[in-house]
Amino acid sequence: MRRDRPTGHPNAEPRMAGRPSGRLATTIFAAALACAVVSLAASGIARADDAPADAKPYVVQNGRVDHHVFNGYRRYGDNCLRCHGPDGAGSSYAPALVDSLKHMTKEQFEDTVINGRVDVNTANQNVMPPFGLNPDVVENLDDIYGYLKARSDGVLGRGRPKKIGDDDDN
Amino acid sequence: MKPSKRLFAWAVLMSSAAGILGAGAAFANDQLEKMSQDPKQWVMPAGDYYAQRHTKLTQITAENVHKLHPVWTFSTGVLRGHEGGPLVVGDMMYVHTPFPNKVFALDLNHEGRIVWAYEPKQDPNVIPVMCCDTVNRGVAYGEGMIFLHQADTTLVALDAKTGKVAWSVKDDDPAKGATGTSAPFVVKDKVLVGVSGGEFGVHGHMTAYNIKDGSVAWRAYSEGPDDQILFDPDKTTMMGKPVGKDSSLKTWEGDQWKIGGGGTWGWMAYDKELNLIYYGSGNPSTWNPSQRPGDNKWSMTIFARDPDTGMAKWAYQMTPHDEWDYDGINEMILADTKVHGKETKALVHFDRNGFAYVLDRASGALLEANKFDPAVNWATKVDLTTGRPEVVAQYSTDHNGPDHNTKGVCPAALGSKDEQPASFNPQTGMFYVPTNHVCMDYEPYKVTYTAGQPYVGATLSMFPPKGENHLGNFIAYDVNEGKIVWSDPETFSVWSGALTTPTGVAFYGTLDGYLKAVNVKDGKLLYKFKTPSGIIGNVNAFEHNGKEYIAVYSGVGGWAGIGMAAGLTGDTDGLGAVGAYKSLANYTQLGGVLTVFSVE
Repeated sequence: MRRDRPTGHPNAEPRMAGRPSGRLATTIFAAALACAVVSLAASGIARADDAPADAKPYVVQNGRVDHHVFNGYRRYGDNCLRCHGPDGAGSSYAPALVDSLKHMTKEQFEDTVINGRVDVNTANQNVMPPFGLNPDVVENLDDIYGYLKARSDGVLGRGRPKKIGDDDDN
Repeated sequence: MKPSKRLFAWAVLMSSAAGILGAGAAFANDQLEKMSQDPKQWVMPAGDYYAQRHTKLTQITAENVHKLHPVWTFSTGVLRGHEGGPLVVGDMMYVHTPFPNKVFALDLNHEGRIVWAYEPKQDPNVIPVMCCDTVNRGVAYGEGMIFLHQADTTLVALDAKTGKVAWSVKDDDPAKGATGTSAPFVVKDKVLVGVSGGEFGVHGHMTAYNIKDGSVAWRAYSEGPDDQILFDPDKTTMMGKPVGKDSSLKTWEGDQWKIGGGGTWGWMAYDKELNLIYYGSGNPSTWNPSQRPGDNKWSMTIFARDPDTGMAKWAYQMTPHDEWDYDGINEMILADTKVHGKETKALVHFDRNGFAYVLDRASGALLEANKFDPAVNWATKVDLTTGRPEVVAQYSTDHNGPDHNTKGVCPAALGSKDEQPASFNPQTGMFYVPTNHVCMDYEPYKVTYTAGQPYVGATLSMFPPKGENHLGNFIAYDVNEGKIVWSDPETFSVWSGALTTPTGVAFYGTLDGYLKAVNVKDGKLLYKFKTPSGIIGNVNAFEHNGKEYIAVYSGVGGWAGIGMAAGLTGDTDGLGAVGAYKSLANYTQLGGVLTVFSVE
């Protein structure tokens, strides 16, 4: 899987009191990556860091998805849907991630999910909570990203994706 | 706030159980009761203690409502979803907003000039802990004070004339996912407040605070040991029988009840004669039913409690072991009306699960439970002798198990009806109910509990019932015969509280922003006006200087706002009509505005 080098901190706003410090977040993040790498290695699926630079962070064939993208879809439903809407399509109070991921890097995405983001001013009260301590999110972050990126790239439609190799859709 | 002092008072109270509570409770809030019977004012969210949402004003009629028009408007300056409605007390109107939970006191003698405004300082980290937008369902009035239930669960008492804080108390902890969205409810010398957070594994409770100083009078949890849920094993009944010892604990595995949900974020009602308050509890946490075996009592339950002590007289669990997120928090309408031809002191409740429950509100006996949307398919019927629904295996997400996508369940998780309250019209004897007409696929899976993080464990997609192309209905329902009398289809879910008049009109708002007036007899449209944004607020009525007014908030959002950006979608196979769905964003945009109408 492609891992771009961070090219500067995407979110300039100061951290809120009581939120994970940069160091803590980095540690959690590193742990999450390690965990993800271990689980990938254990499952023997070819998602190595030495993949071609243009490799996609998801596997979608003829509209059907691999286990990782499917897992990402479900974990999205668990933790993200209530604000970001069905299928990453947004709601009246949170942005459509299918649009956000057109300009956000993977590092920015990970940083936002793990540390959260606060955008409170006279017009908006938008707050993304930090998910860095939520194992259901952290351990599945690559999959959630892959699912949303596939949606954002337009290779995956709305609704529950069908899995590669499944005759029926369960 | 003085949390340590409050906590101490709380501990003292709890250690003496319910014994202390009867003492000072003889005082009745006669003044508020009297005010609630004055049709010129609208002093509590549902209009009166019976939660009927029925005005006795007669100026606006089926004959002249076509002349209705906006006479003044007021922007709240807040963009999020505006649920609830304004109160009118004397010459003042009280307008509230979603987070940051502003309150405005408007002078009706001076065209709505702002007499005072209150905006609490809250940690914005509460925002994402709120399940579905940062809604607030309104303020309450009593003893010269306005009570505001903030997002961060603070209950604050404001001087109604000046907005000055009289007292303030923290009800629960947003860091654990507990939030405040419901309107407080004033009964006698107490103000009652519930909690939200069923999607975060809260331990739901209803708490009564002494109106004088905000000290805790009692707290009744939705789950747990008898002394925490304030049940008397011998005297508290369900379906006429004592519930027995540990009625809640026996229905949970281990100590799962401690994160068992059962939020209490809906509406309350009060019967003075019976001295009982009524409210419902929400979904058990998580949404994955296999992870919490048992009936999960007393989630999904209607409670009848003594307001002085909190002790439960009776309880009725509608959806044991919920598998679909059918919260039982919708309004409890008290009506003295005919049920199967017999005059009855009824409690009528249109539940999320699609059944209209009619109970004897004194005894808790279940009299009737019929579907109020023909699309409802998860259960064939409710057994009136056991009180249990007869669940259809095909639609049972527990039967089909985790990691299985259970398809085509009706209603969807938002219910055949959500919190948007219905109205009872004593003239026609019918109930006027804003409803959702949405189905879902529901796939549960294992989740981990982390305090303050979502504890959901299911993903779902929502769509209209097969072959249909509308997502809501506004219906008239007859409990005497247990059937729908008429049904007006709406493009989107009807997410606005209804109002009826003695003069033949039913009012409601729509997600695409219309205030609509229809004839109570046949549902025929008599008037509509497009307000600045989608309506998820409730329609209220009041009179000032001899004129009758209708007031409603617009300001789309809430769970309804989740379909805002792209509309709902589903498996398009066999759902040809779904292509006709346009996103709500093509009809309306955000923004909180109060619109006041009259016919003159």
